[in-house]
Amino acid sequence: MTVPSKHFLSIWFFIGVLLLVYGFLVLGAAIYGLSHPPEMQVVLSEQMQHVVSRAGLWWGGLLIIMGGIYTYFNWPKREKS
Amino acid sequence: MNQLSISLSLLLQGTPARLLSLGSVDLLVIIIYFGIVLGIGFYLKRFTKTGKDFFMAGREMTAWIAGLSFVAANLGSLELMGWAAASYQYGILAAHWYWIGAIPAMLFLGIVMMPFYYICKTHSVPGYLQLRYGESSRALSAVSFGLMTVLMSGINMYSMALVMKVVLGWDIHFSIWVSSLTVAVYVTLGGLLSAIFNEVLQFFLIWLGALLIPIIGLIESGGWDGMVARIQRNFPGADYTHLWRTMGSFTDNPMGIHWTGIVFGLGFVISFGYWTTDFLVVQRVLSAKDLRSAKLAPVIGAAFKMCVPFIVILPGLLGLAVLPFHLVGEGQAVATGGHSYNEVLPLMLARYCGPGLLGLGITALMAGFMSGMAGNVSAFATVWTYDIYRPLSKNASDEHYVKVGRWCTLLGVLVSIGTAYLVMQFLSIMDYVQALFSFFIAPLLGTVLLGMLWKRATPAGGFWGLLTGTASSIAMWAWVKLDHSALRYIALSTDAKDMAENMYRALWSWIVCVAVTVVVSLASRPKADSELEGLVYGLTKVPSEGHLPLYKRSIFWAGVVFAVFVVLNLIFW
Repeated sequence: MTVPSKHFLSIWFFIGVLLLVYGFLVLGAAIYGLSHPPEMQVVLSEQMQHVVSRAGLWWGGLLIIMGGIYTYFNWPKREKS
Repeated sequence: MNQLSISLSLLLQGTPARLLSLGSVDLLVIIIYFGIVLGIGFYLKRFTKTGKDFFMAGREMTAWIAGLSFVAANLGSLELMGWAAASYQYGILAAHWYWIGAIPAMLFLGIVMMPFYYICKTHSVPGYLQLRYGESSRALSAVSFGLMTVLMSGINMYSMALVMKVVLGWDIHFSIWVSSLTVAVYVTLGGLLSAIFNEVLQFFLIWLGALLIPIIGLIESGGWDGMVARIQRNFPGADYTHLWRTMGSFTDNPMGIHWTGIVFGLGFVISFGYWTTDFLVVQRVLSAKDLRSAKLAPVIGAAFKMCVPFIVILPGLLGLAVLPFHLVGEGQAVATGGHSYNEVLPLMLARYCGPGLLGLGITALMAGFMSGMAGNVSAFATVWTYDIYRPLSKNASDEHYVKVGRWCTLLGVLVSIGTAYLVMQFLSIMDYVQALFSFFIAPLLGTVLLGMLWKRATPAGGFWGLLTGTASSIAMWAWVKLDHSALRYIALSTDAKDMAENMYRALWSWIVCVAVTVVVSLASRPKADSELEGLVYGLTKVPSEGHLPLYKRSIFWAGVVFAVFVVLNLIFW
């Protein structure tokens, strides 16, 4: 996946930044949810409640890792004068 | 290519209260999304100075970007909601629209057709028809495509606003104006470049917002086998998990389709018509930086398209397995106060997604809608500027055409909004416009295919084939409307349902188009070979990829994707 253009920021950079921001939001909400469990909108088994309540932790973490990789490798480089 | 006619007004009437409640984190996720898509539009405006930048994204997209954008432009929010609903209703049969109804056509576009589109340097599909057949064919296809695209965009906008009303309780006018003006701003500023950037971004969001549902759903069901067992327990005697076994007769499957309709109607005419001649998707590939990228882009798109059932069809099947109540048709839902098929995706979101993740899921639906709408308006602006306005005003500057393109984008959005309000008043328009759109696709395929593969096809043959093919499609549609028993001739059985009728009508109109084109061409004077160079098979030098290592050749990856496609069909046979 190479950068498409010589003159504008790569789309992968925008995606990386967005995923990073979303990752922190989802992870933050999931951590907060552990101490302040949100009201469940449907009735689930105890085991599934456990899975659902931890999904945000895993997903937030995944978004941060993906976003971090994309942002790092597509960070705008300064052109040599 | 949303084949579903969703009676969303009934859905609205039948839902007593909103399905989901968003928290502050969810709202923040949505607000950030709107901020970044607008930011991209403002950022890219400075890079879209020329017509090539605005209408063709500078023709410098990589195969990956063009390929992802190619798929994302097709992934509207109705696509996600509608096909999840269809999979609850019809089971895995709905996956035909993602596999046989897409993959062969996408690969054919990349390997066979793309060289002609790309080498002739056309900016649009009507533009190719002008080079191959002349002005009359271009005018016919440009006017029909431009009008239908923008009308469809309005219908999708109205449907999306209704979904937001039902799912979140949002005001319809608010949803229509905020989402459409956002699209208008970023496409007007950055043209196709901005549309493509946002489509790739939206593609990621759609996946990351929707992927959790099948993952957690499979955990709850106990994997695929557990899900199948639960479905059999919940719906004894019904077969929801096989693709082809029930296709031997119109009456053996809930879609009322025979395998010939799926293979020849959907798999050939409708699918090839949409994926190879609908400028909405072809435009994305034309933005590729070179021929190899243009050939690879549809192959990459096909690989991702093949995976989409995982986030669209599987949630519907999981709904059959895990929801504690049965979803019903909209009419019954209205009467009983229950939930309809169309609500399966929001219901699964509510089941598995907590704060933050819910915002991500809703953002996925919005991203789907906005990528589809951006695709519509950017294609509309190109066709109206280059294929309708420019022939009338030939000597204007490039800068002038860019300005016209920006105005056309705004005009396209405003007409879409107008259509949305018109549909709100007269709901039956929705069915008519969807039918109208389908009238043009199949005959256009015949015209373009003969143009590319048969050098004897003449301008008169191309024009009359396209016209009679379209007219025959309209006539068949009207015949069945007036006399339902005509189905036995059009769809080969009075048991055929709407989808089957659409497929057979497409097949007949394609045959009419091809037959008329051949007959008229043989009776009229062909173009000289020198005029057809770069446009027709046999007269076009397509650069060979023979010097490249195997893993860099588009034909190799097309073979890999096709092999996976065959294996998937065998696994779920």
